[in-house]
Amino acid sequence: MNFWTNPVNFVAQWLLGLLTGWGMPGWLASLLIQFIGVVVLVSMMMLIDIFLVWIERKVVARFQDRLGPNRVGPFGMIQPFADIIKLLIKEDITPDGADKLIYNLAPVLSLMSVLLLWAIVPLAPVIFGVDLNVGVLYIIAAGAIGTLSIILAAWASNNKFALVGAFRQVAVLVSFEVPMLATMLIPTVLAGSMGMNEIVQSQNVWYIVLAPLAGLIFMVAAIAELGRAPFDLNEAESEIVAGYHIEYTGMKFGLFYAGELLHAFTFGGFWAVLFLGGYRFFGLENLGPIVAAVILMAKALFGYWLIMWVRYTVMRIRIDHMLAFNWKFLTPLAFVLLMLTALMNALLRGTSSGVYILGMLLTNVILGWVIIEILRGLSRRERERIEGVATVKNFPSPHPLSQGERGKG
Amino acid sequence: MTFTQIIFLVTAAVILGSALMVVSTRNLVHAALWLIVTLFGVAVLYAILNASFLAVVQVVVYIGAIAILFIFAIMLTRREMRDRGPQLNRGWWLNIIIAGLTFGGLFWMLQGWSGFSKAAADFPSGYDAVGQLGKALVSPTGFVLPFEVASVLLLAALVGAVYVAFARK
Repeated sequence: MNFWTNPVNFVAQWLLGLLTGWGMPGWLASLLIQFIGVVVLVSMMMLIDIFLVWIERKVVARFQDRLGPNRVGPFGMIQPFADIIKLLIKEDITPDGADKLIYNLAPVLSLMSVLLLWAIVPLAPVIFGVDLNVGVLYIIAAGAIGTLSIILAAWASNNKFALVGAFRQVAVLVSFEVPMLATMLIPTVLAGSMGMNEIVQSQNVWYIVLAPLAGLIFMVAAIAELGRAPFDLNEAESEIVAGYHIEYTGMKFGLFYAGELLHAFTFGGFWAVLFLGGYRFFGLENLGPIVAAVILMAKALFGYWLIMWVRYTVMRIRIDHMLAFNWKFLTPLAFVLLMLTALMNALLRGTSSGVYILGMLLTNVILGWVIIEILRGLSRRERERIEGVATVKNFPSPHPLSQGERGKG
Repeated sequence: MTFTQIIFLVTAAVILGSALMVVSTRNLVHAALWLIVTLFGVAVLYAILNASFLAVVQVVVYIGAIAILFIFAIMLTRREMRDRGPQLNRGWWLNIIIAGLTFGGLFWMLQGWSGFSKAAADFPSGYDAVGQLGKALVSPTGFVLPFEVASVLLLAALVGAVYVAFARK
């Protein structure tokens, strides 16, 4: 075994030999090494998080035709460190009516729920925290802790704006979890496993080709889970100032902010793992685990960039529209898609790979086309109804019920 | 004492302590939060027993859905979230006896079981525990009947909830 084919295990073995050589009992040494592994992974994610601040600010600047941070360091790259120093020296305020323990616990839980997710991300075939056989469910479980942190932050800060923001956010989180889980089951069905590493291994053809609709729905649900525009009702500045973190100052706010950015990047990563082939890129991953990890990071950044693109171009939508969109459109579509994918997968499994790919792709295209036709019919009927009513108002007629045809046009 | 035993004892202490706090704290939101600690402890117990699916589902369903619903209901229904009045009712001694008898009975029953004092065995490598669970839930020789009955029950509850909440036109 050498460093280039299995770096994590190599270092772990070397450390184990070193520690037991010093006379440490074996179980304590392996526990310590596991602990060091966790600390290294978390520190790496936090370091990436610092640069995500810079990336986010630069990308939003490009979308808005500005330059972004450009004063501190080359291309403004030192800017996040200046931000951190500013956050650290700000006054740390705890509101009078706050529930102190819960108020201080919430930001930690918020960032923790994101960092937990990285435990199951396979950075390379041999670099991962743990290869859980229930990886897909684990994502939802870690999300539950995130939901909890938001509601705790809002309740503990004893502020009505915060509470309203949290109610909105939790309503969105709880409802968008349903289509998200349903679409995450589609890679599970295709791969025959819930483990992240196995899902990546079985993507000889990226699942975005076999299940493009699922990839799209997952992306929409992920953006809603993140609470980013167009689903950023939890912190709609024009309505409720800052939402659930309104009372937080300094680094406590910083933890929420860092958690949000890392969450977006993480979901970019999961999108890549589930639909874009994870660390695989036309055989390039065979060069070594470090190359594979770089590939996954690049794909995660691509997903993150897509999320930012949507965030800075699409406007916020109203909460009732958002919930109706979820329950009346996304959820049924996700379930129909899941059943159809499972059925087609079972029917086409024996055929040659060309027929299989084409069949799966056509299933998605046809379903998408049917959905668009149904939506077009619905919206035409709705338009006729509204325009018909308007016509009735403007030109009173003795037979208002026969106005349907006139409104067309 | 093995490492697993230490984890088990710590987890069990956390579960019992937080469960006691659920019923003894006077702040209802704090009670709900202690309940979350209890439920999380149970998830840890499942994880120790190699039941990863149950552990994750425990977190998803009980913390992600039920506890959040509790907190929502508490926050939305009461202005004053403190509970006044006595914390014990008249039948407290009866409850102690019943709880003690239940615990004693379960303990006595499980003592006769051969796996009582053994640690959970590891799965053989490559064993697909989740797949086996899924097959057991839908196989006629397994648990298909209870599974389907539970599904129908939940569906009926869902329909009932929609009916109750549905605004009369």
